[in-house]
Amino acid sequence: MTDVNMELNINPKEQQFISAKSYLLTASTDTGLNLYDHLSRVLTKVLDERPNNVVDIFEDVSKDSKRSKFTSDVDTVRDKLDQSTEVALAKVQEKLFAKEGGEDNEPEESEELETPLPNIMELCFFFEQAGIGLNREEMIRVWLALKNLVDTHALSHVRFWGKMFGTEQNYYIAEVEYRDGDEEEEEEEEPEEQQEEEATDKDGDEEGEEEQEEDDTPKPDFKPPPEIPKEENKTGTNKKTYFVCNDPGKPWTKLPAVTPAQIQSARLIKKFFTGRLDAPVVSYPPFPGNEINYLRAQIARISAGTHVSPMGFYQFEEDEEEEEETEGRNDCVINVDFEPVSLRDLCDGSLQHWVHHVQHILPQGRCVWVKVGQETPEEVDDEDEEEEREEPDEPEPEVGPPLLTPLSEDAEIGNLPPWTPKVSSKLIPQYAISVLQSNLWPGAHAFAAGKKFENVYIGYGHKYNMDNYNPPQTAPIQEEFPSGPEITEAEDPTVEEENALRNAQQEAAEAAEEMEEAEEEEDDEDN
Amino acid sequence: MDSEGLHLNIDYVGSSGIILSPEQKAALQTSLVILKNSGKFHRVYFWGKILGVKDDYFIAQGVGRDEMENRKTFYSKDCVHWGLLPPATKAMREQSKLAQGRFTGDPSYEFEHTEQKKSEDGEEAGEEETITIKEEDRLSSVIAEIDEDVKIVPRSAFIKTPDGKINANRSFEGLSVSESAKLCSYMHFRDAICLQEKSLLQKANLDKAIDFMDTLEEDIPKGSWSLQFERGSGLVTLRSLLWLGYVFYHVPGTHMYGSCYVGNGEKNLDLPFML
Repeated sequence: MTDVNMELNINPKEQQFISAKSYLLTASTDTGLNLYDHLSRVLTKVLDERPNNVVDIFEDVSKDSKRSKFTSDVDTVRDKLDQSTEVALAKVQEKLFAKEGGEDNEPEESEELETPLPNIMELCFFFEQAGIGLNREEMIRVWLALKNLVDTHALSHVRFWGKMFGTEQNYYIAEVEYRDGDEEEEEEEEPEEQQEEEATDKDGDEEGEEEQEEDDTPKPDFKPPPEIPKEENKTGTNKKTYFVCNDPGKPWTKLPAVTPAQIQSARLIKKFFTGRLDAPVVSYPPFPGNEINYLRAQIARISAGTHVSPMGFYQFEEDEEEEEETEGRNDCVINVDFEPVSLRDLCDGSLQHWVHHVQHILPQGRCVWVKVGQETPEEVDDEDEEEEREEPDEPEPEVGPPLLTPLSEDAEIGNLPPWTPKVSSKLIPQYAISVLQSNLWPGAHAFAAGKKFENVYIGYGHKYNMDNYNPPQTAPIQEEFPSGPEITEAEDPTVEEENALRNAQQEAAEAAEEMEEAEEEEDDEDN
Repeated sequence: MDSEGLHLNIDYVGSSGIILSPEQKAALQTSLVILKNSGKFHRVYFWGKILGVKDDYFIAQGVGRDEMENRKTFYSKDCVHWGLLPPATKAMREQSKLAQGRFTGDPSYEFEHTEQKKSEDGEEAGEEETITIKEEDRLSSVIAEIDEDVKIVPRSAFIKTPDGKINANRSFEGLSVSESAKLCSYMHFRDAICLQEKSLLQKANLDKAIDFMDTLEEDIPKGSWSLQFERGSGLVTLRSLLWLGYVFYHVPGTHMYGSCYVGNGEKNLDLPFML
């Protein structure tokens, strides 16, 4: 070795250097890489990119450069379609931004038409002052989706009701009223109901057939309590119609009318929404319907509890006053001469200047009380049943607070006030707006500024309760058939008893024989 | 949620109904910078908001270099003046569980809890013990509780260095879309509780530097998290159903993540009935 080095004129230092380099250049038997190339690549990368505090992340840089050896830069599939959910949704929402028809004459025409579409961005602005609501971009999308709804349905009034969170998807909810003349959409709904009725009829028929086939099967003598009739469209709990969608841009689904039974059992349960309208509601007590019905029932309850307006914005129609004084008035109209209520009054702790403009729902599940027993005489088939039903005392009609009752009358939750009034800004109170936050339905808010006011609900759709939720107790176990002598089995007699009986019988027989003999004797004697 | 770029980050949770008014945003941007400077913090997080009946509390947390230790919690009612909350001791947390009802919005308010003491015979002796709980203490305990129960971070966003310190991982590049759809990619930002109970076989695949915390997969009851994609898959949002109002967001493929709590500070004990 030394001879060779001497020949090449290499001093020992260079010799060490060469041996070190050749060591670094040794390829790994596993991967085929060598440290020399790797280090030079890493150092080049570091010097090119110049990250801060490189010593802290040196390991990661080294790892990255090793990893990049395994990924190919060349994409073998050139026209690969990226069908991620992000793209799919963007394509759905793209339609929202499409302008309808031609671009030339449209704007002038649409200006003339009065549209029921609200100015959502203005309302969003006010809500944002109060720190409530959704993102602005999201609101624009909701606005466009509402515009779609207005274009496809004959509506006289549209509102963004709010957003409900579900565990899988969320619901955006629109509150609409149909135009008076155009009831087509409502007719659409009726066939569905008829179908449902038919379905129930069919069930009934099947049961009937079964009964005919097997006369022996005992009939249960349980009669379900008479069903409380649901309120007609445009009245009470079904005054407004609701549409929901999972994402703005996706199709709107109309919610069915709510029945009193649904409202009653919705009060007893507390379930998260899933985001699928057809999901079953698994609960105790059982809920009559799917999530679509539960959602509708909660919407009705929240609307009745939290839709409030400054005093004087709505008034009763004057000509109806005399007619309906006894029943309480069920409808109110917008007051044209509404004078804005001052900020100080609106934020007053007594809340006398805010009123409910949606009817209170009675414990029965309706806004207008109805007597159940006699309302449905057709359902009662047997005459005996009718006689029985007349016996109980006439139920007292349930009465709730009338329409346009001030919030100061609202019941407290434990010792918690039901509403919290706030001012949107303490720094510039001159231009602040008043905000109302519901403590009974967390997530429900209302604002009022000048002549404008709006309600919105953003939350999970559950009522606040001081105590924790207690599911109602299960029904008591049904009574067994009373045990009497006719259904109890007689005990087998023991051997002693059998013997005793046999002896007794024998004695009796013997006695009888004796008697006969005696009689015979007597007869003989007589003869 | 990091206080730097708060006005941008808060938009990620806007779809969950968490919105700050422009006035609050402006005030927070000013006051949190001052708080960071005066407290000599490495970072200041906007923690969220606890809604009271009369007033709300805004909460911020300042952390040192090790984010799990040295955490200080501040509260403010006007987004400008910040007050330091006392650290939640064990006794404080036990006591504040007895306080019922909503927060009032007055830190000096005192909740009262009366307990019927039973004598040793088992019969009620009629002795009543009244415990008073200051709202400030309760606030501190509830924040500690929420942090322990639901504060989460994406996997590998933090690393444990060999000397036991927990630092933000500088080379965290975000979860991929498919990873972010799984609950096992998120971890509780607290000292591990369930990890020790795992078998050796389960532990074998874990990376000691990254998997030093519990994943969400083991949470009880199952389904106490609602994981949703928004904007297609452009944003993943996790909402806790145990503490309604806790929202975590992460933009897959980026290092952007954060969380926020806006709620009334009451644990959802009805959860088992609601699923």
